[in-house]
Amino acid sequence: MKPFTYERADSAKAAAAAIAANPNAKFIAGGTNLLDLMKLQIETPAHLIDVNHLGLDKVEKTRDGGMRIGALVRNTDLAADRTVRRDYAVLSRALVSGASGQLRNKATTAGNLLQRTRCPYFYDTTKPCNKRQPGSGCAAIGGYSRSLAVIGVSDQCIATHPSDMAVAMRVLDATVETVNPDGAKRMIPIADFHRLPGTTPNIETSLQPGEFITGVTLPKPIGGMQIYRKVRDRASYAFATISIATVLQPDGSGRFAFGGVAHKPWRVEAADARASQGAAAVATAAFAGANPTAQNAFKVPLVQRTLAAVFTEAKA
Amino acid sequence: MKFDTPATALNPIDQQKVIGRSHDRIDGPAKVTGTAPYAYERNGMAPNAAYGWIVGSAIATGRIVSIDSRDALAAPGVLKVVTYENAGKLAKAKNHTAHMLAGPMVEHYDQAVALVVAETFEQARDAAKMVRVQYTQGTPKGDLAAQKDSAIKPKGGKPDTAVGDFAGAFARSAVKVDETYTTPDHSHAMMEPHATIASWTGDKLTLWTSNQMIDWAVGDMATTLMIPRENVRVDSPFIGGGFGGKLWVRSDAVMAALGARAVGRPVKVTLARPQIMNNTTHRPATIQRLRIGAGKDGRIDAIAHEVWSGDLEGGSPETAANATRLLYRGENRMTSHRLAVLNLGEGNAMRAPGEAVGLLALEAAMDELAEKLNMDPVQLRIVNDTQFDPEKGESRPFSSRKLVEALKVGADRFGWSKRNPKPGQVRDGKWLVGMGMASAFRDNVTMDSGARVGVDSKGLVTVETDMTDIGTGTYTIIAQTAAEMMGVPLEGVVVKLGDSRFPASAGSGGQWGANSSTAGVYAACMTLRTQLAQKAGFNADATFADGKITSGNRSVSLGEAAGATGTVVTDKIEFGDLSKKYAQATFGSHFAEVGVDMATGEIRVRRMGGAFAAGRILNPKSARNQVIGAMAMGVGAALMEDAVPDPRFGYFVNHDMAEYHVPVHADIPKQDVFFLSELDEKSSPMKAKGVGELGICGAGAAIANAVYNACGVRIRDYPLTLDKVIKGMA
Amino acid sequence: MHANDPLDVTRRSLIAGGVATAAVASTPLGAQDAPALAQRAPAATLPVSLKINGKTRKIDVDPRTTLLDALREHLDLTGTKKGCDHGQCGACTVIVEGRRINSCLTLAVMHDGDSVTTIEGLGQPGNLHPMQAAFVTHDGYQCGYCTPGQICSAVATLAEIKDGIPSHVTADLAAGIAPTEDEIRERMSGNICRCAAYSNIVTAIRDVAGERA
Repeated sequence: MKPFTYERADSAKAAAAAIAANPNAKFIAGGTNLLDLMKLQIETPAHLIDVNHLGLDKVEKTRDGGMRIGALVRNTDLAADRTVRRDYAVLSRALVSGASGQLRNKATTAGNLLQRTRCPYFYDTTKPCNKRQPGSGCAAIGGYSRSLAVIGVSDQCIATHPSDMAVAMRVLDATVETVNPDGAKRMIPIADFHRLPGTTPNIETSLQPGEFITGVTLPKPIGGMQIYRKVRDRASYAFATISIATVLQPDGSGRFAFGGVAHKPWRVEAADARASQGAAAVATAAFAGANPTAQNAFKVPLVQRTLAAVFTEAKA
Repeated sequence: MKFDTPATALNPIDQQKVIGRSHDRIDGPAKVTGTAPYAYERNGMAPNAAYGWIVGSAIATGRIVSIDSRDALAAPGVLKVVTYENAGKLAKAKNHTAHMLAGPMVEHYDQAVALVVAETFEQARDAAKMVRVQYTQGTPKGDLAAQKDSAIKPKGGKPDTAVGDFAGAFARSAVKVDETYTTPDHSHAMMEPHATIASWTGDKLTLWTSNQMIDWAVGDMATTLMIPRENVRVDSPFIGGGFGGKLWVRSDAVMAALGARAVGRPVKVTLARPQIMNNTTHRPATIQRLRIGAGKDGRIDAIAHEVWSGDLEGGSPETAANATRLLYRGENRMTSHRLAVLNLGEGNAMRAPGEAVGLLALEAAMDELAEKLNMDPVQLRIVNDTQFDPEKGESRPFSSRKLVEALKVGADRFGWSKRNPKPGQVRDGKWLVGMGMASAFRDNVTMDSGARVGVDSKGLVTVETDMTDIGTGTYTIIAQTAAEMMGVPLEGVVVKLGDSRFPASAGSGGQWGANSSTAGVYAACMTLRTQLAQKAGFNADATFADGKITSGNRSVSLGEAAGATGTVVTDKIEFGDLSKKYAQATFGSHFAEVGVDMATGEIRVRRMGGAFAAGRILNPKSARNQVIGAMAMGVGAALMEDAVPDPRFGYFVNHDMAEYHVPVHADIPKQDVFFLSELDEKSSPMKAKGVGELGICGAGAAIANAVYNACGVRIRDYPLTLDKVIKGMA
Repeated sequence: MHANDPLDVTRRSLIAGGVATAAVASTPLGAQDAPALAQRAPAATLPVSLKINGKTRKIDVDPRTTLLDALREHLDLTGTKKGCDHGQCGACTVIVEGRRINSCLTLAVMHDGDSVTTIEGLGQPGNLHPMQAAFVTHDGYQCGYCTPGQICSAVATLAEIKDGIPSHVTADLAAGIAPTEDEIRERMSGNICRCAAYSNIVTAIRDVAGERA
């Protein structure tokens, strides 16, 4: 871990100002991913701005009947929130399927969105990785790729986004709320928040330098049968091999987002449109153009099988 | 005390007043309060220690061209950077395949290249990244399958055995299995990373470290540093798990010693978790071909087990066929081990080396044979029992062998009769449910072991031995042994372990520790009893009970007999040739019930159980814990553990605990462990055998067989991950 | 080969694959933002006040010092263990402001003023916390290294169940939660025990839960 200076911000505005003054600074909240990466010098901020004391830890109703989740709401608290459990059960389920109790107690809503990939080559600084060091190459392509992406990949990067929470937020059409160092606020639909790797896998979100996430809003509840299905070999404390977040309505319509398969929570409108045609139709549409490796090609049929089971579960 | 004739007579241990009964661990309160000191925590022993951080090699094979330490040395707090260029001359210990410090040649990825010593942990870790090492990189070999054809017959050991005419008998067999199984590399992944605090006083070195084998550690440190053995002290009273990964001193110890010498003050070094898998040892991957030919009655006529594994140049094979040499009958048999060169770090012992992965193959093949025979898998094993070493014949009987009883009792307790032999028939909601079983087999090895036992004037018994407790419950069984022998309650015994100033012991490894080390304590106690009896003027018929020595109607308290300054003796157990005359092994049965998710192929273990025969069970409570833990490690081997080599770079890619998965709480169900009553008088005067590794042997195969019974998918490539399941289901 | 351009040769050696030799360097690939050493000031320490096991302890620490290392290396509270230092094992679990966390993945300076309960605060030899006593009674450990983390986690787990915080195996998000074996196994899964005394640990926790019920 490289040396850094540290300050506690006492307001979002102060945090924004601090980041403006320190281009090589980073915000730290839960720290569960950032410190992990700093120890390996994958992240090397020269200054840390502790944003834990900004009061952004509330879950509130919005005027349009939706919900606003403060950026610093801990994963545990969000999962346990009575309204989330009742109206956004897929989110609660996704949260409790992730990490461990200890990590969920620290990990925040914004930090979870900003988690970086678990690709093992990203984690080993002796290996090439375009995400960590643009232009160095991708060791995962042609390497150990069982856990990596099967769709939306590029010849520069096949990393996945590791979050469960974000997959549920994607299916719920969440919006990420930010503030820029100049005070300007922005609402970013979660569909546009995470990026595909393309030729710049080091740029993972649409956040601008210094832009600070203040919260996430959810539209008013959409009801339906909400299911989060996470598939993994180890029964707990493991990232998703694949995961499915779905909201299925009694009329047969539905929405589907997939985790563990792409550089971002994966959702395809054309797939949602086929909800009434069943799992195979949805999976085929969602994974049209999939480009897996030999090691992770199983994820495509796995998604379809799992989705079929989710449909069955929803009907039961 | 020489142990070369069976302990047929009753001895004090047979009283079983203390031994053979369940006791809470005497070190329990220290462990649950965090007051048991582990290696990196011995700050009080070496105040003012500086912190060392190991720089690992970035390449698997090749040569160091240059090391530029200037930036590191200029970094805040840095005291020294130790490399092969300034470390002084070092030798390689016989127990080490690769050097503990690279240079100029590099032998594996993350081999120590440098140690950065700084005032603080944070400074050392940061500065380590500033050491610039230039290498000339060779082309690594990391793929066992690709190197299989280059594998050779290893020197030393007994790589091959052959009896009768395997080829002919196999060709004639009515029912045959001929399958190849593969097992991946495994990492010990003990919870406490390798760690050492080293301190020099003049030319004398003290290491507070985490090590299973203190006497080997002393010897290997002395050899490596080219200093006299007498100048090395190793102390390791608590060890946060080893499983074979701490059988030998590793680079934490060597580099800490070099660092401390370089800066003239104590240095503490721990391996970072991401370094451990490539820097230290691992259980090597295997390719195993099993051929079994049987008659229609299930009796094996021909059995062959061929094993391929890899290691660094000069390494040794994974002896996965060893169990096959002893487990089942059959007149025509052969085994072989072949060894390829791989640049994947040092392959070496991990819990039940040989058997643990050998039985993953053998016991899966037996399941396949049972199916072909349309025979119950338990019955197949029963008809193939042998009471003598099948390679040697009746001249070498087993010292004790209760495999059949273990199979029957285990099957009964588990409810095996409810199993539907046809795969894929039992459903529970979304789960396909199946049962599987396997035999458990592990060699019983004995090792000479010494102890010093004293009684003070108050009758308090103190045992000192360099034996280690790696979670095995050694403190408690040694206290039980001494309590039984000296006729005092458990609370009347103090046990001190893990210090090389104490008599050399068997150490912890190969499941020999419990039996051998308590036998050493037994030997010392026998000598002590004789001395105390003499001092008190008794004949040899004196009894030791209730804190007193009694003969006829005269009693003398232990403390009184010991005298004002106490009485202390040192002795050891030396094992003769009983393990040559008799095949010595432990036996058992494993049963597992699994659910396989019909959609996702996820496997979850629902129940496990087994019956085990391992001689006298010294403390059923801690022995049971050893078995359940080993069974869980078998779950890991069956379902998830897989250190993945990247042959392009020659290293294990998933080298941390987030990516190398070991079972968590949610993976492990209720486990039923039953110990058969057994005394083995040919094993030791304790009449015990090892039990620490038996539980892993066969556990994974029972799960694999249960998976097949659940869903009809036979996977011969461990671990049984969900991708392999759904591929078979499709 | 350019010794000064390790990245480039790394890439070439990767692509070429079969090339017998290539030079690589051990310095990290990806420290993009690293300021040159000369520009860097020595790390200043910061004062931190922690209320540990009821006692206020003041220390000056490098901002890089984790809460775990503050406990182990600065405060001589070595009961909290370092198993992985990356949030992958749970050995470092402590209870901060009533919540269990991985002390390895948080900085000491982030906890100025916080209350921290470590294993030493739960009980001592001769004065064991009921959970510590249950671990002894049910042999809920082997090597002992993960044990303090298991125990801190177990104490917090029962509180979480009591507080109605759902888990992955909670069947009904709207209903109350009982300390069943499945619930405890799932909630304790962030505490790895390689010795795998798992089923004994679950028994110990259930025993304590029963006492409280």
